[in-house]
Amino acid sequence: MSNIRKAFENNKAFIAFITCGDPDLETTKEVVKAAADNGADLIELGIPFSDPTAEGPVIQGANLRALTGGVTTDKIFDLVKELRKDVTIPMVFMTYANVVYSYGAERFISACREIGIDGIILPDLPFEEKEEFLPVCHKYGVDLISLIAPTSENRIAMIAKEAEGFIYVVSSLGVTGTRTSITTDLGSIVSAIRENTDVPCAIGFGISTPEQAKAMAAISDGAIVGSAIIKIIEKYGKDAPKYVGEYVSSMKQGVLAS
Amino acid sequence: MTNQNGRFGIHGGQYIPETLMNAVIELEEAYNRYKDDPEFNAELTELLNEYAGRPSRLYYAEKMTKDLGGARIYLKREDLNHTGAHKINNVLGQALLAKKMGKTRLIAETGAGQHGVATATAAALMGMECVVFMGEEDTKRQALNVYRMRLLGAEVIPVTSGTATLKDAVSEAMREWTSRIDDTHYCLGSVMGPHPFPTIVRDFQAVISKEIKEQILEKEGRLPDAVIACVGGGSNAIGTFYNFIEDKDVQLIGCEAAGRGVDTFETAATIATGKLGIFHGMKSYFCQDEYGQIAPVYSISAGLDYPGIGPEHAHLHDIGRAEYVPVTDEEAVNAFEYMARTEGIIPAIESSHAVAHAMKIAPKMDKDKIIVITISGRGDKDCAAIARYRGEDINE
Repeated sequence: MSNIRKAFENNKAFIAFITCGDPDLETTKEVVKAAADNGADLIELGIPFSDPTAEGPVIQGANLRALTGGVTTDKIFDLVKELRKDVTIPMVFMTYANVVYSYGAERFISACREIGIDGIILPDLPFEEKEEFLPVCHKYGVDLISLIAPTSENRIAMIAKEAEGFIYVVSSLGVTGTRTSITTDLGSIVSAIRENTDVPCAIGFGISTPEQAKAMAAISDGAIVGSAIIKIIEKYGKDAPKYVGEYVSSMKQGVLAS
Repeated sequence: MTNQNGRFGIHGGQYIPETLMNAVIELEEAYNRYKDDPEFNAELTELLNEYAGRPSRLYYAEKMTKDLGGARIYLKREDLNHTGAHKINNVLGQALLAKKMGKTRLIAETGAGQHGVATATAAALMGMECVVFMGEEDTKRQALNVYRMRLLGAEVIPVTSGTATLKDAVSEAMREWTSRIDDTHYCLGSVMGPHPFPTIVRDFQAVISKEIKEQILEKEGRLPDAVIACVGGGSNAIGTFYNFIEDKDVQLIGCEAAGRGVDTFETAATIATGKLGIFHGMKSYFCQDEYGQIAPVYSISAGLDYPGIGPEHAHLHDIGRAEYVPVTDEEAVNAFEYMARTEGIIPAIESSHAVAHAMKIAPKMDKDKIIVITISGRGDKDCAAIARYRGEDINE
């Protein structure tokens, strides 16, 4: 069984996204620990990319700060090794296809296995292109996470049937970023997914408040939050771990109240 | 030469967010429905001929030929099209297709502004809403085109992310498309991005080589020895090459922007300095660092200032069918000035890259050889920037 399933075993899951190296790797390490200590069930570690086309301004900013600070894929692998001394919850990488491709799929994915990364999310790798990395992912037992969007419609069954780890349900059209309201009929998307697979599905994009997390977890297996955490890191810099911990704790309460 | 999944050899594909997948599938289906539809093609031909002024001239550059003392040089005058560049060929096709699909809004990226102006023009003509994304850096380099787009009723959004040039304009247009798909068509301006764009744009630009072939056969009774065009994403180049790909004796030459030189970091020559990667929806060659971070490229030409190249060009390079050569800022500016003085034609700084390469090879070729240079656009938009390059400050 995929290690990622552990995140969904007991309760609804709270998933935290953190861009590695924003503002520096030392802070990232402490932020991840704080999130894990305060109830996060799974961590998505963002490997920054120069041109993150699926991100809104907040995560674009985090990517830019991290790259300006000199973060590289190799330095992030070292960070994960360090983190794995303390952090036992599942962790996945979220990045763009070119980061994996340019490093070499075999080299990148075998490293994931070695350092304890359980899955990879690539927003620019749709179902039709997943063969690019899937055989190597299977070879090393790293889950290639599928995304399903509000526009997926007739594609849901096809994607869900072959999904592994968990399914990332994109809540809204557009790019990442906090939203005051989410209007997509997510209930029917989740039911369509459940007709085809028992792989857990978590909803992300636009979630920032415990109320939203509660509502999203009520209709799925968990909530994913990125931009709201990045905003805290942007605001508090090196002092962010304490505040991210408090925030994660409040969001986890929201998820559990669902 | 595309296979089913939009591949050109190993290049191409559809590396885009799931949110856009049904949109590109819908586009492909619509394109396949209309591309051989007599009514659609009659409408498009009418627009190209009566509105855009096609066919464009194939002009024998006699003075230039004599001055260089080698091959006979012909100029394919895409600069004489309505809106002043080849971009209108593709835009009229895509706008008509979008309209048939029931879309009411066009969005586009633009580098030099030529594609933005063409899209704004088609939107005005067809009564569609238009939003153009343009790198903030380029809005400064090409202020006149920004004004033209606004005059045509388009909204121009300066893009400040990344290097604030063409690649960032593409990223921002993609982000916008992800947020609004129902009524919006992304009118991509080059033979790049996810399938089916490289095929659609190529087909709409292939009129360039179709005409060159007819015109040169009429004037010379034979095919040219070489056709030369500048390459950013590569739309005028693929248009210039396409109908000659099977004519193996015709050399296909694409001229990339070398900026300050391929041995510097200030270059946009993708084939010369890039490596295989996945970006902006396609697998192709990209200027990037060892970790796959896309390089902040540079060229004096806003239209060639792009870190990638269309997948069909990448394939033509792989199989050795086309040759790609770097041309520096300095060489392009010299060619810009040379063409103005010699032929009384001011080419776009993008097209000047192709002229510069022709100036290098023509003198070494026999006098019975023929080369065709595609003048992809006119250079009025570049006068202020070239004057600045030469140390002269003029008011636009």
